Amino acid sequence: MSQILLSARDLSVRFGGVLAVNKVSFDVRRGEVFTLIGPNGAGKTTVFNLISRIYLPTTGTLSFDGQPIDRTPAHGIAALGIARTFQNIELFEHATVLQNLLIGFHTHRRSGFWSDLLFAPAARRNEIAARRKAEEVIELLRLMRYRDQRVAGLPYGVRKVVELARALCSAPQLLLLDEPSSGLNAEETEDMAWWIQDIQRELGITVLMVEHDMTLVSRVSDRVLAMNQGEVLALGTPAEVQAHPGVIEAYLGTIDDVSSLRREAVQ
Amino acid sequence: MRFIFRTSYSQDYGLAQHNGHLFWYGLLLAALVAAPWLVGSYWTSQLTFVLIYAIAGLGLMVLAGYTGLVSIGHAAFLGVGAYTQAVLTGQGWSFPVALAASAGLSAAVGVVVGLPALRVKGIYLAVATLAFGFIVEEVMARWEHVTGGNAGLSVKAPAMFGWTASSAPAFYLLVLGVCLIVTLAVLNLLRSSTGRAFIAIRDSEISAQSMGIHLAHYKTLSFALSAAIVGVAGALYAHKLRFISPEQFGIAQSIDLLLLVVVGGLGSVHGAFFGAIFLITMPQFIALFKNWLPPAIGQAAGLQAVVFGIVLMGFVLFEPTGLYGRWVKLRTYLELFPTYRRGMFRRQKTFQKSERVR
Repeated sequence: MSQILLSARDLSVRFGGVLAVNKVSFDVRRGEVFTLIGPNGAGKTTVFNLISRIYLPTTGTLSFDGQPIDRTPAHGIAALGIARTFQNIELFEHATVLQNLLIGFHTHRRSGFWSDLLFAPAARRNEIAARRKAEEVIELLRLMRYRDQRVAGLPYGVRKVVELARALCSAPQLLLLDEPSSGLNAEETEDMAWWIQDIQRELGITVLMVEHDMTLVSRVSDRVLAMNQGEVLALGTPAEVQAHPGVIEAYLGTIDDVSSLRREAVQ
Repeated sequence: MRFIFRTSYSQDYGLAQHNGHLFWYGLLLAALVAAPWLVGSYWTSQLTFVLIYAIAGLGLMVLAGYTGLVSIGHAAFLGVGAYTQAVLTGQGWSFPVALAASAGLSAAVGVVVGLPALRVKGIYLAVATLAFGFIVEEVMARWEHVTGGNAGLSVKAPAMFGWTASSAPAFYLLVLGVCLIVTLAVLNLLRSSTGRAFIAIRDSEISAQSMGIHLAHYKTLSFALSAAIVGVAGALYAHKLRFISPEQFGIAQSIDLLLLVVVGGLGSVHGAFFGAIFLITMPQFIALFKNWLPPAIGQAAGLQAVVFGIVLMGFVLFEPTGLYGRWVKLRTYLELFPTYRRGMFRRQKTFQKSERVR
């Protein structure tokens, strides 16, 4: 078993005249929390969508667990063991939390159309297996009280957790989290940090995430990749990346940019 | 108020959640079986129509209510089912075999119509299905040596295993049996992974895809299933009317079906039945109230269409969950009495989605 779970080589994607991602290469090691950071528009979510095969790369290759995934259709990604959440929550709004989680189990289903139609023993077994998994996740993420509620009526913070739960129900090897803490308050962010650590340590799931909250990033990440304008700026531990001059420049600008604004002391 | 304490997973996916369900639905079924001897021949006939339209409504509900694909050409499948049944039983085929063939042919046509659904959605899909409806109506009118053209086609009473459902109560019970089977099949699908895949596609295609749901496969499946169910309804419709002609399966019928699912309540199995009851009884009520209105309005042609239009607008504006939504509210009110609060079901403006990937 190789140490590297996901590997991106020279990924580029062009939308018309915009080069959204430019020759990005990185390796995600098995069992680590790997974070993409960068200012808005850096191309982080685009990288996620490339991995999910929602966008097709203009050039470059992606491989998962040693196998290239350049020919896998978007709906085949989940079956490989990659689950994801979305930046702007994409839950099944008019279904209950439990139903959402059960849909997460879809790739593991063992019953077909006809056995579902007759609710044959295969469908029954499938329902029980799906529920067993869903209940495990509900317990892990403390969603018991929301189990039978419709998503449409839930507060934002809970939806965020439900989306994480749905991704976990597919029992993935690699979990892609797109801004897990966005829109959460300090307390909910704290919970999220604990859960990400639990997911990594107890479930042994590799996590690749995009995140802006640097406290959360430095707390949970093993390695960080900083991007700006579609290009890789720096790669290393959270502390290394935060100290990297290029990263500071991307976030804050250089001393030259602001020097003209500085007022000289009047003599 | 009832609190259900579940101790096994099978309780969770069971069709009847508690004994109250078993009791009331059992009572309803018993009443329906006894109906021909209780309500007289006129209402038996109306009840037969309600059940036939409920089957058609279930078919459209699977597609529009659960998969989120709107079709304004569904009367075409009703027509395909009706003509297949008429022609096959005319050649002496047994009722169940012909019914299966009607469902199968209708499903096959559904797959073909479903193809554009893989590429277009929303209003574009509606227009594509509308065009399909016109094409099928035209085929039924022109393909004279099979369909009899505009002169129509007469249909025999359903016959199988040496038994003919020639009397009205016998035919009613036959329809009731078919309706029961179709309803159970739809309920089974909805509580298993196939039905959840439909719901996932309806609510968010992008995340359904990321959960491993093959969009093209499930959309085609939904179209085929929907067409098959509506085809079955069409076959029963043909037997009920004993005479079919192309204009029965035109745009007006398609819109009636759409009205049925919207007024009944999109996304609920109950809705198909409520909608069917509405669609069949409303003209009766209109006929009843007609005499009380001033003659200039009461005797005007197209009164029914106007009333239907107003009702549809009213539902879309004030009760998007349809008669089923009303029913849920009424039931909750009774369960919680006297502690029901106004605004319990007020729709809240949930946060607006700011950005979507395609």
